[in-house]
Amino acid sequence: MSLEVALKHRLGDFRLEAEFAAPEGVTVLFGRSGSGKTSVVNAVAGLLRPEAGRVSVGARVLQDSSRGLWLPPHRRRLGYVFQEARLFPHLTVGQNLRFGRWFAPRGAVLPDEGRVIEMLGIGALLKRRPGQLSGGERQRVAIGRALLAGPELLLADEPLAALDEARKAEILPYFERLRDEAMVPVLYVTHSPAEVARLATTVVVMEDGRVRVAGPAAEVMSDPHVMPLGSAEAGAVLVARVVAHHADGLSELEAGGHALWVPRVAAAPGTELRLRIRAQDVMLALGRPEGISALNVLPCTVSEVRRGEGPGAMVQLQAPGGRILSRITGRSAEALGLVPGLRVHAVLKAVSVARDSVGGRGEAGHAKGAGDAAPRSPSGRG
Amino acid sequence: MGWLSPEAWQAVALSLRVALWATLVSLPFGIFIAFALARWRFPGRGLLNGLVHLPLILPPVVTGYLLLLTLGTRAPVGGFLQDIGVVFAFRWTGAALAAGIMAFPLMVRAIRLSIEAVDVKLEQAAGTLGAPRGMVFLTVTLPLILPGIVAGAVLAFAKAMGEFGATITFVSNIPGQTQTLPSAIYAFLQVPGAEGEVAKLVLVSVVIALAALALAEWVGRAVAARVAGR
Repeated sequence: MSLEVALKHRLGDFRLEAEFAAPEGVTVLFGRSGSGKTSVVNAVAGLLRPEAGRVSVGARVLQDSSRGLWLPPHRRRLGYVFQEARLFPHLTVGQNLRFGRWFAPRGAVLPDEGRVIEMLGIGALLKRRPGQLSGGERQRVAIGRALLAGPELLLADEPLAALDEARKAEILPYFERLRDEAMVPVLYVTHSPAEVARLATTVVVMEDGRVRVAGPAAEVMSDPHVMPLGSAEAGAVLVARVVAHHADGLSELEAGGHALWVPRVAAAPGTELRLRIRAQDVMLALGRPEGISALNVLPCTVSEVRRGEGPGAMVQLQAPGGRILSRITGRSAEALGLVPGLRVHAVLKAVSVARDSVGGRGEAGHAKGAGDAAPRSPSGRG
Repeated sequence: MGWLSPEAWQAVALSLRVALWATLVSLPFGIFIAFALARWRFPGRGLLNGLVHLPLILPPVVTGYLLLLTLGTRAPVGGFLQDIGVVFAFRWTGAALAAGIMAFPLMVRAIRLSIEAVDVKLEQAAGTLGAPRGMVFLTVTLPLILPGIVAGAVLAFAKAMGEFGATITFVSNIPGQTQTLPSAIYAFLQVPGAEGEVAKLVLVSVVIALAALALAEWVGRAVAARVAGR
């Protein structure tokens, strides 16, 4: 099942003109606030009625302005997890969870209530009222409520933005499970590169109401033209496999035949993980550096260099196991003579692979059909 | 009932009946109009708002007289209604109608405030979960505005209990028929030596008003706690 969106809408001075297609999995709408992400999600949900457009989920067309077709929200069979949980305060948690089931059409395939409640760990909350829940609990109930309505697509508009770091870490794994167990396709809005790195199968980058780039996560995240030069959060995703855990507190991973050392991860040997490697944590050297403290040195090939207007430069590298980015100064790029095709060594400090950057495997770069996403990334790997 | 004279007792019972019916019958209309004023933008919205509030501003005698002009047995509307068996003039039903109209603005205001306080985002969420408009109203909006409805109903009931000017103008002051509690107090005041009866009726008025207020407070608090999700 795929999601296809083409919208045109004007809101005062703001013009939304977005078009993209995404395969199954988690599609992340990524961009600054005000770039039109929420408008796109609301249009898919039917909460915003765009002037023109076509939206389809699998074979179901939700809107087609050329045919004058527009389904109201309650007939779209989508789940929506909002930034604030929006639980019904006058109902118990259990009643909130079952709310969508009261209105599900006869014959609809509904997920098993017990399984969803167990997955989200909210079994003990059923008799409580929303006012008695913590922020994280509320958001888990909101996810459960949306899932139990049996949606064909789950929408999530910055579902973690209102939570503190600890609560974010509590909720994020549930979205990973939705992706990994292929329970339901997800359209997820965020401005956090960390969330993109952990969740995205497909990334749609929004800017000023338009789609700047859309494509498989690994491709878009390692695109030096997409990742903002000034952001400390910019970074790409590498897929690695856990090899062993060592007594000194480090875990040994393997990516493309090369060893990577990271602080102990909670995953059994053999598990595949997504590592987010922040561009600012990657140092470059022409020769293989000797006698340095950094544990991870990867042989790479420069594939693209992008000079910004400031002193910085973003270098895209073909590393074992995928593509990564390195943010260095323009002066260094010149001094090293970095040009596409040059072989270099990327130095990663082990500690730079932050714990919260380690996510479940997902299908970051190898999603089946992920290459169908349009428009293609300009630096598409093909 | 030896404490109150039969006539006074009749007036109390009639007033309770009039106020109860006035409140119950006008409640659905009150909710509908409050919702329309709070949520919908339509031509004539300002006019409707003014019309609803008119009884609050007009002298009650004028409202009563206008009712008599339109719904009296010899008036066109009143005549038609009489043909189909509905008579308001000089009946207790007329007293209920007058009281209902006089109390209507208070009811609408209270309910409208509570509707405006409802977070539309919750209704949107209900829509994305598959609830059609009408069901969103019944399962989300209505329970959330329940405290406002209770407050509006109690306010309207109290106002209907005390309505005097429009009632006496429209349906007169017939003991056992249209003599409500305030009309009875007024009538007893005209009779020399009936001060004792007046005092008793005043006491009854105060007790009923306080009881209604206490009930509203209690119900309102219970409902508000429920609605707030505690």
